[in-house]
Amino acid sequence: MSSDSDLLDLAESIFADTGADLWKTLEETGLARLTLPESAGGSGGTLTDAAAVLQVAGAHAAPVPLAETDLLAAWLLHAAGLSVPTGPLTAVAGDLHVADGRVTGTLTRVPWGRTAAGIAVLTPSHVVLLTPGQVTVTEGTNLGEEPRDTVTVDADVPTTADAPAGAADELRLRAALGRAQLLAGAARGALARSVQYAGERVQFGRPIGRFQAVQQQLALAAAEVAAAGAAASAAASTAERDGCGAASTAFAVAAAKARAGESAGEVARIAHQVHGAIGVTREHDLRLLTTRLWAWRDEDGSEAYWQAQLGATVTAAGPDALWPLVTGMP
Amino acid sequence: MGPVTQTLSRLPALVPPPTVLPARAAALRAEVRAFLAQERASGAWSPRADVWLSGWDERFTRELGRRGWLGMTIPVEYGGHGGSALDRYVVTEELLAAGAPVAAHWVADRQIGPTLMRFGTEAQRRRYLPRIAAGECYFGIGMSEPDAGSDLAAVRTKADRVDGGWELTGTKVWTSGAHHAHAFFALARSAPPRDVDTGESNRHAGLSQFIVELDSPGVQIRPIPLLTGAHHFNEVVFERVFVPDAMVLGELGGGWAQVTGELAFERSGPERFLSTFPLLTAMLAELAGQPGAEREVGRLVSRLWALRSMSLAVAGSLESGQAPELAAAVVKDLGTRFENEVVDAARTLVAIPPDPGAEAGFARLLADAVLHAPGFTLRGGTNEVLRGIVARGMGLR
Repeated sequence: MSSDSDLLDLAESIFADTGADLWKTLEETGLARLTLPESAGGSGGTLTDAAAVLQVAGAHAAPVPLAETDLLAAWLLHAAGLSVPTGPLTAVAGDLHVADGRVTGTLTRVPWGRTAAGIAVLTPSHVVLLTPGQVTVTEGTNLGEEPRDTVTVDADVPTTADAPAGAADELRLRAALGRAQLLAGAARGALARSVQYAGERVQFGRPIGRFQAVQQQLALAAAEVAAAGAAASAAASTAERDGCGAASTAFAVAAAKARAGESAGEVARIAHQVHGAIGVTREHDLRLLTTRLWAWRDEDGSEAYWQAQLGATVTAAGPDALWPLVTGMP
Repeated sequence: MGPVTQTLSRLPALVPPPTVLPARAAALRAEVRAFLAQERASGAWSPRADVWLSGWDERFTRELGRRGWLGMTIPVEYGGHGGSALDRYVVTEELLAAGAPVAAHWVADRQIGPTLMRFGTEAQRRRYLPRIAAGECYFGIGMSEPDAGSDLAAVRTKADRVDGGWELTGTKVWTSGAHHAHAFFALARSAPPRDVDTGESNRHAGLSQFIVELDSPGVQIRPIPLLTGAHHFNEVVFERVFVPDAMVLGELGGGWAQVTGELAFERSGPERFLSTFPLLTAMLAELAGQPGAEREVGRLVSRLWALRSMSLAVAGSLESGQAPELAAAVVKDLGTRFENEVVDAARTLVAIPPDPGAEAGFARLLADAVLHAPGFTLRGGTNEVLRGIVARGMGLR
């Protein structure tokens, strides 16, 4: 990728084009495996690149497992020394039984399980790559109607490897990091739609956006969108600079997912209030963004979960360590 | 979702990309921390809330000047250090987080120095900048008036043309530190509110900025005690105060653009979310060993971390020559609300009542924070006015 703005322009044009086969385009342009090294068939991009693309995907409520494929499955398989298959992928941590090449067990709420060409599973001891023929899928969804399936396996699985050290923590962090980008993007999308609607909808003889009461609400939403975006981008920047295993990255990702999760509810609330009754109908597209905001804030660790993690870290470190933790410099 | 692309592209960027501090920042930060540890150990001062309003300590300020931590962005030829705004950011946030007494130099270092570099004459720069960088010259800001607060263009202080300069008559209010300061920037009406070219009514036209030495004949400074009784604010009354032509700041009639141009710098700094940080640290110390508050602590810390990321992003953007007005307004809106959230967390999580008579510690920090908190969301533009700016930036007005 020649520059940040080229990458963003490319992402914008791809996610805006609803007529095309989105996943095929993501594969062809290299965005589907953006951060995987070129030697392993990826594009060799950075986490900052991936964050920018995921924010655009979130803003468009893109119905594809992009974070799951690039940030999670491709990373996990490559880290375990397994080759990364083509097609949409997903990855979860799960307590599957692995012995003598036989893998058995059940995984719940697997993102995009039914459409994945490969499901990378991190068990306490192994990394396992499951393919569609080896599993039984029971379909489920999240609030945004994205696949969250139950996957059962009882099969001989040739593609297994030992779990890399620290993989469980890193998988959890990467999932939260990716989800924070999607949240920040969806929040921006919901704000953009609300600002546009407030400029079009006429009541009392003028667009409702001319009323200070509506302006103040949209400005509050804008502040939440800015906070979510700044936090998500800064977490990606920290992860890129310090690595996913660094304490500073754990701190930043926890803070970013907690902050983005908080903003999600507030932005969705204001977006619906501004849209009035039309916004709560099936025919209106606002729901594509707000239902994802409601789903994603609870996935990969709710704000309550990450706040508690962060609070425990800060409390254990003591009062004099708070500022060094916030500034990332002990 | 075809139309969304257009919709999205019409929404302005609300926050610049993240700023990664340069490698040298770590060494500078370590130096400042070592100095602060030494100061704290000497007992010269105790950490306080809202120090940039209330922590006036000229010894401390001169010490910072001696170490090269004032006027950091002022060029060396004017007595400064020719550093970047990010260096200044690092020093400033360390001082505020420590609750150090920074009020004496605050206005001069944050606003006056950069404004003199932008609009000042050679003589004005030489007169003030070296002493500002040395921590020996203190400034105030004369914008608000009894009938001009949020509506700043309503200022009525007038500047009448006289031989060799101007005569100022009027009243400025809420001027922090004017009773200690050497000079201030006064915004006054030097011409009628009409556009020079078209002659049409324009209340932003005809305003000018003047550098007024506060010991000039005709200047009266009276305290406006805070609700605590503390003296930080002042009323500054001019009665035909003579200001020579050489002390007009920038362009005659260009005052409005000059004062509003400063605001992005003034609104997004670490002082917009760290005013109660020393209370947060003291709260953690009181909570030590008592489980149960982790979620609330984590919530505050995540909000703080996000705010700092945003504020740093704005600082980096300013440094590269942009003026991210919307992002700056957002930092101040969220940041000052965060300062209030810390107060509420502290008083509900720790069962120690606020004590304005305590020398130091949690009870004193809490007392000061509660009593100063209403000012956080007023100063530098009320949060409601800032939200109006954000709404306008999004095309709503």
